[in-house]
Amino acid sequence: MTEDDLDRNRRHFLVVATAVTGAVGAGFVAVPFISSLKPSARAQALGAPVEVPIGSLEPGEMVKVLWRGRLVYILRRTEEMLSRLSDNADKLRDPDSEEVDQQPGYAANSTRSVRPEYLVIEGSCTHLGCAPLMDFEVRPAEGWSGGFFCPCHGSKFDLAGRVFKGVPAPTNLRVPPHRFVRDDLILIGQDTGAA
Amino acid sequence: MARIEAEIGKPQGGFMKWIDDRFPLTKTMKKHVTEYYASKNFNFWYVFGVLAMVVLVIQLLTGIFLTMNYKPSAAEAFASVEYIMRDVEWGWLIRYMHSTGASFFFIVVYLHMFRAMLYGSYKKPRELIWIIGMLIFLVLMAEAFSGYLLPWGQMSYWGAQVIISLFGAVPWIGEALVEIIRGDYSISDITLNRFFALHVIALPLALIGLVFVHIVALHEVGSNNPDGIEIKELKGADGIPLDGVAFHPYHTSKDLVAIIVFLMFFCAVVFFAPEMGGYFLEHANFEPANLTATPEHIAPVWYFTPFYAILRAVPDKLWGFILFGLSVILPLFLPWLDRARVKSIRYRGWIYKAALTIFVITFFALGWLGTQSADPVYVRAAQFFAIIYFAFFILMPYYTTIDKTKPVPERVVYHD
Repeated sequence: MTEDDLDRNRRHFLVVATAVTGAVGAGFVAVPFISSLKPSARAQALGAPVEVPIGSLEPGEMVKVLWRGRLVYILRRTEEMLSRLSDNADKLRDPDSEEVDQQPGYAANSTRSVRPEYLVIEGSCTHLGCAPLMDFEVRPAEGWSGGFFCPCHGSKFDLAGRVFKGVPAPTNLRVPPHRFVRDDLILIGQDTGAA
Repeated sequence: MARIEAEIGKPQGGFMKWIDDRFPLTKTMKKHVTEYYASKNFNFWYVFGVLAMVVLVIQLLTGIFLTMNYKPSAAEAFASVEYIMRDVEWGWLIRYMHSTGASFFFIVVYLHMFRAMLYGSYKKPRELIWIIGMLIFLVLMAEAFSGYLLPWGQMSYWGAQVIISLFGAVPWIGEALVEIIRGDYSISDITLNRFFALHVIALPLALIGLVFVHIVALHEVGSNNPDGIEIKELKGADGIPLDGVAFHPYHTSKDLVAIIVFLMFFCAVVFFAPEMGGYFLEHANFEPANLTATPEHIAPVWYFTPFYAILRAVPDKLWGFILFGLSVILPLFLPWLDRARVKSIRYRGWIYKAALTIFVITFFALGWLGTQSADPVYVRAAQFFAIIYFAFFILMPYYTTIDKTKPVPERVVYHD
């Protein structure tokens, strides 16, 4: 075969067709490998809702529980704590909980809760996931009316888990789906038929 | 005698010839060792490449032995490390060699990179060597990070939490990406297991492969030298660069001295200060991971702190992530940011000398700030130094152009 006999168009077509078919095949093979990296069936099952008895929780007290390996804070707020929630409206980034992803619809209110007394939030800073510390002491000199402080990168949140302006955390602490099964029992991770 | 051998068909030239007919052994040895000519004026700064190889070997060897006793599960990991430390014969030594090796790897690699900045080793025609080297650095960071999760201590857990959460800042796909990295809704047994796979298989393989091509690329263009002169441009009648001496035995014998001195420092740390006051092994990591409480003071190991300080200096999640990534990646572009006509700092003007000095101070300052708490004063300071850090790179095309350079001699400057 000489150079003249060479059908360059045909060769080009074959090269491109082979490469494209190979790439598509590689793409299909990649799917099971990447999918295997996602949470497995067992991991999903372990993410089942948890029940938390709150009958013995005193006003001003907080409990920490784990749901899906994530930390959840349940704080029983006092009347005084609730009254201070409006103190800092102008210093908060999202005072009215307009960021849809950060709470279920039933918690998008002024106290970010189903029952104002009980604050249920994930104890995971929306910046880089450290557990914020509770700092409920009121220090008017610093303009601090109590809330949460992240020790890692200095983000601050109020007593409804709302983020202050000028800190690295972009959004309010997340309110997980939850509902009151009874007056003294909260179910975290599931909210169907409630609120 | 020879005739008789030929008659009975015995191979001539012995074992080596038998090999060489089937595998380019002698040829490879000549090309890369006994007849690889590197400049005769190498100084102190030229030992860190070899030392990085030594540390790599230490890490691979000790790593294999640690794997024999370590258990990559959230329930057993912490206890298995304690088991290695207490019950396995000499286990403490092997583990301390590995943990000390991690820090020494970064010390050696940072010095190796600084050498390139001193003598313009990343400049044409060595851009690709530098790029491959930067990839090695990135893989090394991933290797160190994945390894740090394995003991499943407090700092392992919360450090991983912070760094993995970083990827959540990526617009749109952030949350899904984080879930794929963790393989769970939080850092768990599953995450630990896959980090183990990355740490002992995937990343070391990538590291070895990259080190191999790093050296192939180096031997193709030849090593730079403290004068930044291309020694291949002046060759003798024998075709050997006039300023070059063979890698073996000349450079190897000098490297051997460096290796011995290096091992003295290495052993001193392994035996007398394996924790290095909390810098090589952080105190919080002697406590098992506790999912309900972040340590009061959280900081990465020292070799990540300059970049971590930059991350923390930015009061915005997405921008923090972008600038953090940029601070790691920017050196990759040095071959094109640096517009100076000369390579070596010996023939550069005062501007580059000043800039490099300020950069070194900045790097140390950021490194120190990254180990401190997120106090507003420190954050302000980190912001100040972060600006200088970026300015060093971004303004480089400008200040290296206007900097007055000195004429470069034809031959390397050789001191008796």
